[in-house]
Amino acid sequence: MKTFGGKVLFLDRSDINTDEIIPAKYLTEVKKEALGPHMLEDLKLDGFDPLGDKTQNASVIVTRANFGCGSSREHAPWALEVNGITLVIANNYARIFRQNMFNCGMLAIELGEDEIDTIFKMAALDVECSVDIDQKMLTFKSSGQTQTIPFTVAPFDEALVRAGGWVEYADQNL
Amino acid sequence: MGKTLVQKIFDSHLKAEPFEGTKVLNLDVVMCHEITTPIAIADLEWREKDRVFDAAKIKVVIDHVTPSKDTKSAVQAKILREWARRHNIKDFFDIGENGVCHALFPEKGFIRPGYTIIMGDSHTCTHGAFGAFAAGVGTTDLEVGILKGVCAFRQPNTIRVNLTGKLGKGVFAKDVALEVIRQLTVNGATDHVIEFRGEVIDAMDMEQRMTITNMAIEAGGTSGVCMPDEVTLEYLWPFIAEEYGNDKAKALKAFKAWWSDDDATYAKIVDINVSDLEPVATVGYKPDQVKKLSELCDMKIDQVYIGSCTNGRISDLREAAAMAKGRKLAPTVRGIVSPATTEIYKQAMQEGLLETLMDAGFCVTNATCGACLGMSNGVLAPDEACAATTNRNFNGRMGKGGMVHLMSPAAAVASGIQGTLCDPRTMME
Ligand code: SF4
Repeated sequence: MKTFGGKVLFLDRSDINTDEIIPAKYLTEVKKEALGPHMLEDLKLDGFDPLGDKTQNASVIVTRANFGCGSSREHAPWALEVNGITLVIANNYARIFRQNMFNCGMLAIELGEDEIDTIFKMAALDVECSVDIDQKMLTFKSSGQTQTIPFTVAPFDEALVRAGGWVEYADQNL
Repeated sequence: MGKTLVQKIFDSHLKAEPFEGTKVLNLDVVMCHEITTPIAIADLEWREKDRVFDAAKIKVVIDHVTPSKDTKSAVQAKILREWARRHNIKDFFDIGENGVCHALFPEKGFIRPGYTIIMGDSHTCTHGAFGAFAAGVGTTDLEVGILKGVCAFRQPNTIRVNLTGKLGKGVFAKDVALEVIRQLTVNGATDHVIEFRGEVIDAMDMEQRMTITNMAIEAGGTSGVCMPDEVTLEYLWPFIAEEYGNDKAKALKAFKAWWSDDDATYAKIVDINVSDLEPVATVGYKPDQVKKLSELCDMKIDQVYIGSCTNGRISDLREAAAMAKGRKLAPTVRGIVSPATTEIYKQAMQEGLLETLMDAGFCVTNATCGACLGMSNGVLAPDEACAATTNRNFNGRMGKGGMVHLMSPAAAVASGIQGTLCDPRTMME
């Protein structure tokens, strides 16, 4: 199983598409590592710097609704993965992106709008997120503040995460 | 309780249900192109599992960047080509006979009602026009599909969209697709299948239906489907006549068995009367930002693009040529036409459509995705705008800083002639 948790990158916008996560012009790469420097390069979001410390040090993304819409490219989760981001928390996802995350053994957690709002209240601070998969609990820590939020994950998706991805799962079970 | 078409397909293809609601389906067709497949191939090799579940069920094309534009795209093509040869995949389409996947594979007769189809491409939903369950997936799903012939899905519910009325002058399948997305919004159909029904669909040919199902993903839909009918049958007949002993009634009966039952349950039913629809286009970076073209006549454009899996088929080129006939593109506008497949290219040539478009100032490229994703040609400069018959207007899609306005072929050509966005009705008799 992959490891999850660490510094949080807040992306305060809905409908962030996979072209923004990794532009089409890098799709000729056949090595995942080559995608690394281009993660979120075309993201339209005020004040966002793809090369800034917040982005570079992040292990977790917290964002709004319909994250990962558009192209089916699994290059999107790979671009996150090679940058050390294995956990995304959003209001909801486009289906293919969400499945791609779990298929890679990564976590795409969905929370209600209110819970996402609660987490965003900490956005100005440095926030660390940790996740307890057994207890289905997220913990967000910043200077002096701690928030715990329970989550659910579909049993199949959890099995994929525990197996390390869909290829591994299919190998063992189908 | 009755079942929808998609429920029937899920039931008939179910291999396993490892957890409640997660259905592992047997696949009838796995489609591959050179952008998302090479990494799956490399991973299979790395795992020492370089095998395919059934070479006859795998269909392969090089379409996004063809001919190759640089070393990297040449390597992608080479990986795919060598893999197809090594596994004896007969249905492999390379330069000289290739075309945009979602136009090419239906043209070759690979799709049947009731089929399950996956591809590492979000517009795989197009093939639902034949009454199939066709879904875009990522590379890992594709990899498992290639190896084991299965794919896991959460069982989707169905949204039924009833389209009634009659399309007015200058209003086409593309306008209907955009209106549906406007109403559903970009994630209104996430984890759902959109079932397109009603007299408007009944009256459409397969190309128009594919234009509509193609864009189901732009509302977040897992797939878009139409009921397989006489029109579907006529389209497929050259490929299936033998299979049904030349008996059309028998084939039609088999097709209709897939239809959603009258008492099937839907997550939602949306009724749209198309009679009052006007020609529309998108303005913005989301496909649901749809406006009437008559209100956009002052927006300058720099390029017109006719092509893609949405609107690059022969009927689209006819529509474009009819608008271009005897006219010229504005001097400030570049025009690009990419027929969606090699066969469509030939047909358009025979019908004189390409000549008409070239006389109007268009450049005709080979059959490829080309400008649609700004990967191999037709890239926009920052602050340039394109009137495009494609399906996606995301920021940067056709080039960093560019703006893509989605619309019908007739509207795109009319806009090119005018030099600004243009309601095509102003140029129609
Ligand atoms: S034409 Fe455009 S949308 Fe269609 S498959 Fe090619 S890149 Fe994708």
